[in-house]
Amino acid sequence: MIVFEKWKIALISVFVLAGVVLASPNLIGNADDDQHFLGLNRINLGLDLQGGSYLLLKVELDQVIEERLSNSAEAIRSEMRTERIGIRNLTSDATSLSFDLRNAEDRDRGRDVLVQILGRDLQIINTEQGFSASYSETGLAEIGRITVEQAIEIVRSRIDETGTKEPIIQRQGGDRILIQLPGVDNPEDVKRLLGKTARLGFQMVDISASAIEAQSSGRIPPGSEILESADGSGQLYLVRKRVLISGDMLDDARPGFGQNNDPVVNFQLNSTGGARFGKITGQNIGRPFAIVLDGKVVSAPVIRAQIFSEGQISGNFTVEESGELALLLRAGALPAPLSVLEERSVGPGLGSDSIEAGKIASIIGLLAVVIFMVSSYGRFGVIAVMALGVNIILIIAALSALGATLTLPGIAGIVLTIGMAVDANVLIFERIREESERGRTIVSSVTTGFKQATATIVDANLTTLAAALFLYFLGSGPIKGFSVTLALGVLTSMFTAVLVTRLLVVLWLNQSRPKTLPL
Amino acid sequence: MLKIIPHNTNIPFLKFRKITLIASMLLVLGSLVSWFTIGLNTGIDFRGGFIIEVRSNSGPANIEQLRGDLGGLGLGDISLQEFGVDTDLLIRVQSQNLEDSEALSEADKAAVNLVKDTLGETYTIRRTEYVGAVVGSELRQQATWAIIAALGAIMIYIWFRFEWPFAISAIVALAHDVISTVGLFSIIAHEFNLATVAALLTISGYSINDTVVVFDRVRDNLNRYKSDEIPVILNKSLNETLRRTFMTSITTLLALGSIYLFGGAVLADFALAMIWGVVIGTYSSIFVAVGTLVWFDLRPKEDEETPVPEYER
Repeated sequence: MIVFEKWKIALISVFVLAGVVLASPNLIGNADDDQHFLGLNRINLGLDLQGGSYLLLKVELDQVIEERLSNSAEAIRSEMRTERIGIRNLTSDATSLSFDLRNAEDRDRGRDVLVQILGRDLQIINTEQGFSASYSETGLAEIGRITVEQAIEIVRSRIDETGTKEPIIQRQGGDRILIQLPGVDNPEDVKRLLGKTARLGFQMVDISASAIEAQSSGRIPPGSEILESADGSGQLYLVRKRVLISGDMLDDARPGFGQNNDPVVNFQLNSTGGARFGKITGQNIGRPFAIVLDGKVVSAPVIRAQIFSEGQISGNFTVEESGELALLLRAGALPAPLSVLEERSVGPGLGSDSIEAGKIASIIGLLAVVIFMVSSYGRFGVIAVMALGVNIILIIAALSALGATLTLPGIAGIVLTIGMAVDANVLIFERIREESERGRTIVSSVTTGFKQATATIVDANLTTLAAALFLYFLGSGPIKGFSVTLALGVLTSMFTAVLVTRLLVVLWLNQSRPKTLPL
Repeated sequence: MLKIIPHNTNIPFLKFRKITLIASMLLVLGSLVSWFTIGLNTGIDFRGGFIIEVRSNSGPANIEQLRGDLGGLGLGDISLQEFGVDTDLLIRVQSQNLEDSEALSEADKAAVNLVKDTLGETYTIRRTEYVGAVVGSELRQQATWAIIAALGAIMIYIWFRFEWPFAISAIVALAHDVISTVGLFSIIAHEFNLATVAALLTISGYSINDTVVVFDRVRDNLNRYKSDEIPVILNKSLNETLRRTFMTSITTLLALGSIYLFGGAVLADFALAMIWGVVIGTYSSIFVAVGTLVWFDLRPKEDEETPVPEYER
């Protein structure tokens, strides 16, 4: 009789029981039901199984930097003018800005003014005839961090507005945003929503010259710019660069219908915006102003009366367009444009087909292994199959409890584990048989067989575990899923093959006391 | 009871050593030649571009007609292939960016819309994937590093666990398996993607697992039968572990075969790589790993005993 300590039996039983409980929500109840059994989690299905979209976006930080430098350059131009410091050759590009002083004596005063405008963000360098400035590494990193954080907020509120259930939006690396949208198999709408920065600005139209003349002569009045119409008609507008009212002064924006029953966006300004808008419209009655969205003029109405907080944007919209614009304005402007680096979307049909195929492959694979094991090892094979059953339950339990995501490659990982898990049992059984052939008693063969095989099992499985670990770090989505199930499978199979099998073998030996080993 | 593999075999494996080593060298050499001349049919994971999986709404897909229609769009290299069943097609479109732009461009969007319009009502889109050039090259780098790091870690592990001749033989066998799997994918021109890399890593784990079990026995027997010749001990060890080697290979192959046949088209190539890996891994544990051990002097110091591992005391 082999003694198996009571506490060990208790421990194994508790483990297996916990596994059964944790795995149970996956079998009981309706899968679509949000009420999970006993408050326990089901396995999360990956996007490739439940259908959905995966988007990897890049926040175009370079453009933010370039824009900031260009804004700083504009500030320098006007400030130097008020301070009566003559400058020339003021330029800014994607990485730095620079200008020359007309009089070398102005250097000290110029530097003071520059420090005041640029603050600590930019490093100021003396050049031969003037100054140049660029962001430091830490400054760039800080801008990047803040910009990406803001972008994630805006992305989240835009996606929330579309009513997508349980979207996952996370930062990845320095300048990337990863978005997972379960159930969205055609992400075109989302991509269109995220493809617009939606920066809104009210700017006065410059009526001192005509846009076409300014364009053809190249003489654009200082402080003004030429913008195209947003409707694609190619019409040009000459507008003042100064943004009087910006999108962040909006309290609300809703689609509606205008006087001629055409789709419009009704907006409401906050108190700051309202006060400013009232002052501007009061001073400029009879003059046109431009509503500019992402650098294009949506419309340029003439101010008919003083307006405070409420207004209307019209511009040949369709109903969908006005709805979308209202949504974008409500959610706010992106601090930088986003571009798509990677996109994967799976339709619900393929997802459910994959689950079905995964199930069939698992069941047939399992059956084949069961038949083979039982026919090769008889009673010991039955024990191995029981351990395998416990193993599968434990994998499902671990996946559920860890909140891991099951992907199609993940299912492959489980099926592969089914095939490989019995390896440990094979090693043990073969060793027991050998020991018994060397003339040991049954009890002695079983004890030494387990002992000797265990070392080999741990050895051999550690290498697979190492491979799974590297896969995890390699992996994007589905491959990660494979590595998780493979690693869990290796761990649980060591437990079941060594401990559960041993318990079952010992219980059977103690009960039926066979004269020969059925191996 | 079923006895596919008999007990207590005495097959003179090492007698075939010369033939198998030549065969293995030819296999590795052929794989390398194919790899560097034909190259790999890299998927969009590593190259960038689009894939669109569609299902015909009315019986088998007319692949020739669609190939003509899509080919006429002027979108460059478009490939179509049947995917799993005859109603399903996998369409690959190259990225439309002229320069090596990293992100989805307007031209790309237009190209995909053009393809979708051409598919019309006849086909349902089941899956679309886009990988930009930057992500593609990142994934390529990651995959390369993952394989190198995994092989390195396995090598270090074996080095610690066994004496250096074993480590070298194990790594040779491992490289043999990985290179020949890459070679297989090069010759049959199946898509080489992230899933294939996952298969390569899993094969590494499996192959080394197999080798470790045999080596454990070799070391065991080196201590047990001190007077026997090394080749005799090696052969004995192989025969003793033969049943286990085959039992495990068979159960793993049963599981993989099930994935290959029933797991759907997405997993089929992965399963194929794994099946090859398990077969070649089993072969290499016997003929390459143990076959090359013969060259080493496994008993360098006669009088100094190799310490017996703790579990065997």
